[in-house]
Amino acid sequence: MEQLLANLSLGFGVAMTFSNLLYCLIGCLLGTLIGVLPGIGPVATIAMLLPATFTLPPESSLIMLAGIYYGAQYGGSTTAILINIPGESSSVVTALDGYQMARQGRAGPALATAALGSFFAGCVATFLLAAAAPPLAQLAFKFGPAEYFSLMVLGLIAAVVLAHGSVIKAVGMIILGLMLGLVGTDVNSGMARFSFSIPELADGIGFVAVAMGVFGLAEIMKNLEEVEGEREVFLNKVTNLWPSKQDFKDAWGAVLRGTALGSLLGILPGGGAVLASFAAYTLEKKVAKDPSRFGKGDIRGVASPESANNAAAQTSFIPLLTLGIPPNPVMALMVGAMIIQGIQPGPQVMSERPQLFWGMIASMWIGNLMLIVLNLPLIGIWIKLLTVPYRLLYPAILVFCAIGVYSLSNSPTDVVITAVFGFLGYLFVKLECEPAPLLLGFILGPMMEENLRRAMLLSRGDATVFFTRPLSATLLAVAAFLLVLILLPAIRKKREEAFVEE
Amino acid sequence: MKLKNPKDFWSGVMFCLIGFAFAAVVKIYDYPMGTPARMGPGYFPFALALILGFLGVAIIVESMVTSGEAVSKFAWRPLIWVLGAFVVFGLTAKLLGLAIAIVLLVVISSYGGHEFKWKEAIISSVILAVSSVAVFVYGLKLPFPIWPEFLG
Repeated sequence: MEQLLANLSLGFGVAMTFSNLLYCLIGCLLGTLIGVLPGIGPVATIAMLLPATFTLPPESSLIMLAGIYYGAQYGGSTTAILINIPGESSSVVTALDGYQMARQGRAGPALATAALGSFFAGCVATFLLAAAAPPLAQLAFKFGPAEYFSLMVLGLIAAVVLAHGSVIKAVGMIILGLMLGLVGTDVNSGMARFSFSIPELADGIGFVAVAMGVFGLAEIMKNLEEVEGEREVFLNKVTNLWPSKQDFKDAWGAVLRGTALGSLLGILPGGGAVLASFAAYTLEKKVAKDPSRFGKGDIRGVASPESANNAAAQTSFIPLLTLGIPPNPVMALMVGAMIIQGIQPGPQVMSERPQLFWGMIASMWIGNLMLIVLNLPLIGIWIKLLTVPYRLLYPAILVFCAIGVYSLSNSPTDVVITAVFGFLGYLFVKLECEPAPLLLGFILGPMMEENLRRAMLLSRGDATVFFTRPLSATLLAVAAFLLVLILLPAIRKKREEAFVEE
Repeated sequence: MKLKNPKDFWSGVMFCLIGFAFAAVVKIYDYPMGTPARMGPGYFPFALALILGFLGVAIIVESMVTSGEAVSKFAWRPLIWVLGAFVVFGLTAKLLGLAIAIVLLVVISSYGGHEFKWKEAIISSVILAVSSVAVFVYGLKLPFPIWPEFLG
């Protein structure tokens, strides 16, 4: 406990410097700004803004990125409530009751409940992260290459199981991602693979290009396909922000349940924030005495999923920071950002760079506080932004993306690669292939190959090493168990139900 | 023959093509395989490529026995104009400078939308160009030329 407090105070020392506070603030603001724009989720937002952080020192860069992430989360729920367009998939369920509340003229309390619930959840989850990280990192030091390989297999399989959509296609997307991740120079032999004598490809495909193409450009093209309808924005109805006493009484239980569930689900690889919000909404309906009120503007339908997705967003940093394994695509981008900053994610981050580690954790709490202080008064501006028609918005988003990608290497190559992935992303949408597993695989590809090679070298080519080392065998057994489980028809049905919004 | 589950069928075809294409590249360019104990650069990619290829076959087979929706039509207009505008930006940013490249990007990509108005597109492109130059070149000091190379 004492150690924990010492660590946290070290972290707050780092996070409270003027420049880091400023980057946290800029991150939160930019994140919210872009998160508010319909059709741009956190992954695309982070991919878009990543290049802007590359020149910063590592601490500031990660603090700003984390700020962008939860800013985007907040922004997403704002649009869900006000115009029934979830800015990202984890606020899909928020839209159900939040939009109804807005239609009843209670947009203010809905927004405030979402913000306060998220803040509470963020505080709990940040504390949980600080407490759980050191012991987990200790465990991770016992891992050899075989264990790491098995852990990645488990992580990828679990990501498929907890995500929605077809399992077999998601497995295909993972493998495709792993393979794309291998494009470029092989670290062991120095041989350029799949680069076809294009010098830029010898450095590998940039993860920003992949993420921005598949999540950003593809999303824009998908949105353009749909005819722009009149959006009903509740402009002048956001007058009274503060929830009533009755609202507080109704919501606090939901906030507690959402936080607990979200914290737990965030640690698991896979859905993270998305799964958490869906599960929390379902749970809320199960425990409510009068479930019929849900979908008609029940405040619990806003409080619970919003707390859950924020808690999960925070706790999903746990596997990233302790094991170096990203549990979802947003964390995969964080891994990419860390690598660009010259930091190898993993258990050693905590011991070798305590300032970075604890500074980032402390900044999450500060960021959450900033969001609540800033966002409620700024809601008016976000609403204005929503009245800008999409035909004017998307070229502006494209400008951001284009400048960001171009400045990665100051050459047209990355821009062209991004466009190619934009096309692929559109194809994936059409074929209903989930892009999230692709990004996870893409980031993990090189790490997986490296650990596989090392493990096999140590065992002198004996592949049974993965099954004879107890930790590795356990991890693989869990992965196999999950895969079998999901293929059982009964469970399959339940899983589909979990992602159905009513 | 009518496809029973077109989305899955074409996904399978896609995985199959990409998987076997990567496998073929490993073979054609002769990436060294090495041994299981000392894996060469070809080992892991070749294994993945084969798994992906056969997974694609499995998905094709699965699509024969299940039923599912048709693949909705490709909206070629946004696809071509948006991606085209993006590539044009990449090719012109250095040559014509950031200002003109942004104007091109905005006007061309706007053409992919539902309603295109010249006046509106040009006005918004100029606003975006001016503010981007201010923020990115003067503010963040990104190394973009503002005007065409041959003028400056």
